[in-house]
Amino acid sequence: MKKTKLISALLMTALAAFLLTGCGGDKGGENGEVIVYNWGEYIDPDTIDMFEEETGIKVIYDEYETNEIMYPKVASGTSNYDLLCPSDYMIQKLIENDLLTEINFDNIPNMKNIGQQYLDQSKEFDPENKYSVPYCFGTVGLLYNKTMVDEPIDSWDVLWDEKYSGNILMQDSVRDAFMVSLKRLGYSMNSLDAAQLEEARDELIAQKPLTQAYVVDQVRDKMIGDEAAIGVIYSGEAIYTQRENENLEYVVPKEGSNVWIDCWVIPKNAQNKENAEAFINFMCREDIALMNFEYITYSTPNDAARALIEDEAIRNSEIAFPDLSKYNDMETFHYLGEEGDEMYNEYWKQVKSAD
Amino acid sequence: MKKFFSRFYITIIFIFLYAPIATLIVLSFNKSKTRAKWGGFTTKWYVELFENEVILEALQNTLLLALLSALIATVIGTAACIAINHMHRAWRTFFMGVTNIPMLNADIVTGISLMLLYLSFGMSFGFTTILLAHITFNIPYVILSVMPKMKQLNKHTYEAAMDLGAGPVYAFFRVVFPDLLPGIFTGFLMAFTMSLDDFIITHFTKGPGVDTLSTKIYTELKKGIKPEMYALSTIIFVAVLVLLIIINKAPAKKETGREL
Amino acid sequence: MKNKRNLLAGPYLVWSVAFIIIPLIMVFYYGFIDRDGAFTLENIMAIASPEHSKALWISIRLSLISTVICFLLAYPLAMILANMSVNQNQFIVLVFILPMWMNFLLRTLAWQTLLEKNGVINSVLKFLSLPTINIINTEAAIILGMVYNFLPFMVLPIYNSLARMDHDVINAARDLGANNVQTFLRIIFPLSIPGVVSGVTMVFVPALTTFVISAILGGSKILLIGNVIEQEFTQASNWNLGSGLSIVLMIFIIISMVISSILDKDGEGNML
Repeated sequence: MKKTKLISALLMTALAAFLLTGCGGDKGGENGEVIVYNWGEYIDPDTIDMFEEETGIKVIYDEYETNEIMYPKVASGTSNYDLLCPSDYMIQKLIENDLLTEINFDNIPNMKNIGQQYLDQSKEFDPENKYSVPYCFGTVGLLYNKTMVDEPIDSWDVLWDEKYSGNILMQDSVRDAFMVSLKRLGYSMNSLDAAQLEEARDELIAQKPLTQAYVVDQVRDKMIGDEAAIGVIYSGEAIYTQRENENLEYVVPKEGSNVWIDCWVIPKNAQNKENAEAFINFMCREDIALMNFEYITYSTPNDAARALIEDEAIRNSEIAFPDLSKYNDMETFHYLGEEGDEMYNEYWKQVKSAD
Repeated sequence: MKKFFSRFYITIIFIFLYAPIATLIVLSFNKSKTRAKWGGFTTKWYVELFENEVILEALQNTLLLALLSALIATVIGTAACIAINHMHRAWRTFFMGVTNIPMLNADIVTGISLMLLYLSFGMSFGFTTILLAHITFNIPYVILSVMPKMKQLNKHTYEAAMDLGAGPVYAFFRVVFPDLLPGIFTGFLMAFTMSLDDFIITHFTKGPGVDTLSTKIYTELKKGIKPEMYALSTIIFVAVLVLLIIINKAPAKKETGREL
Repeated sequence: MKNKRNLLAGPYLVWSVAFIIIPLIMVFYYGFIDRDGAFTLENIMAIASPEHSKALWISIRLSLISTVICFLLAYPLAMILANMSVNQNQFIVLVFILPMWMNFLLRTLAWQTLLEKNGVINSVLKFLSLPTINIINTEAAIILGMVYNFLPFMVLPIYNSLARMDHDVINAARDLGANNVQTFLRIIFPLSIPGVVSGVTMVFVPALTTFVISAILGGSKILLIGNVIEQEFTQASNWNLGSGLSIVLMIFIIISMVISSILDKDGEGNML
């Protein structure tokens, strides 16, 4: 029986590979564990090893792709996570639904490294800075390829310019797409005014034929590969893409944009609160924050870490560390409530299904 | 002439099926970290792969899941086939209908519905919950592979064995089972493959810290796929291919169907 | 004896009730209530809204086209394979399963690398001074992705029904004076219908519900019903609407199943 042999051979390889990779077993920390739920690829894995070594706390690390995927897992309590890293508006939603616990800042002496301006910014969603510790922040802007765009770019309008038809990459998420359209029209990106939203929706529908694709994470690869001329992108990605393709330039449009911030928060049903605080404290240490910044290239709110950056061009980079007072009309997303979310989703679906 | 066209046609389909795979293999030797740019030839990703504990652990989970879920599904599925084949029509229709549900439901619905189930029973999410889910969507593949062989069975050989004094269990394993084996093996192979390839259902039924290669790849989409992943896929692919060739070249023994 | 044998179905019965039927009931439960838990038909009726019905229509159209293309590609292939020497059969069949051992997401991403404006195919075409093709982010790319991913599901059942065919019947037809075309139309094709039917469902259903292919190869510009459902669950957090639309999708699938079971009365057509 040929197949018999095949199957047994397959099993053998599987087992061999298993033995090869396995054996590690459960180390288990002598000081317990901490279950961290973070964005995908949002940390330097070496820092986790260092944390485990220094503290004897075992880290169980899990990743999500969007705030919206993270939320039901936390809200339903399927897994008792000890630490999360959601964005601004999602933290607001978690606080409003009473899912977070106050952080004991006595356990986080490295909090002093975090710049005051970022804590002030966090007050938009965490008014008393009780629940959150900033981890990364950035802006949203336009990334363009200088070989394909030869005029100065400073406005969202360029995304509606027929010259670039087929060479425009839009963000494939409701809030980001509407942010672009609302800001361009001079409205707030947290608008709940149906007339304004309908106008923004109509503009997005008008723009659709000009776009090459709606993408989330592939803006990077596509811009690096010269696939498109202009894309909407997070500032953290801009630094990475410029490293790979020197023709790329990043700009925050004059109409204003989104300035976002991702923070560590501890859910109410956390089993290892003190370990979570130890983890936050470790992440706020300047050398660790620096390692993470260099690995993920998203801006760090850690002033002490920023001072350690050797490359002066990056330390003073307008992209990585923008002087927010120079820009007008920068905003942070707010949680709009279930009805608000539903309204946005409905309009977005109309955009997506248009021809 | 006809033979030429056959060969030509097979070659075209072959290119179509394997072009993306060739692309992935080429990318595993790409020095640049992004898939959009060729940065020169390197084998460093293969070295880094074996130092990357996270990926190796995901590989281990993936293989263990595929193996266990395929084995358990094969046992449950084959046993069910034997029984279903002799049932009344109504029961048979019921069972086959139920079998079709996971195959026909959108994966996301199966995933979410299992998540709802685990939630309402207060199960903690982890390896076990994924395993249960994989067994669930694997059983139908086993049943659908074994059932046709069941129908082709010659009832008389079994009865003849009984007449010659064999007990039902003995008769089954000596006479019926060998005829079912090819179906059971294809079922196992399909189940194993489906479990390897699944992303969506795993995603909704997994718990913290347990990752398979698929869920790992999906989270990596955000910051770009790590080239180590391409390297790993290449190794898996080449390993299976080499195996296939060896088996195919090996002198085929007389097939009695009984040697295991 | 008979009862004892029926016991063998016991584990599966328990399993299917616990992990197939109860979860399905939960989907129905969610589909028929609103956020506050009150009974409603709104989630089901939502399919009538212009966006949803359009997405469903595009999904049906694209998956039908893909199914037809798969059939046209697979049938000749299955015939060629079935006529090959028995020794090679197993090998050839496994060659079609082999690509599935490379991760589905990676394979689909690889197509993106191939099809992009500056992708591999266009670079080759440019090098040969041939006109380039631009199908990435269009319906054509989605169809290509569907055909690529689901072709093996069409080839295998057709191959099986052809390989299992009794050669005496075919020879008899020839002896009675039928030519090749007649033999094919009157004998071979009718006998292979169970395999075709099973192949058609195995391609049509996953193509109808996919969302990954349209996201990666369609540039998310074309909204399929699978994308709508996925977004309700993962982006909009509206599980009730997601469940309601899933129920509608299930109904469509059941209809296609009923049609196929009429065509394939004995349930002989099979994957493997």
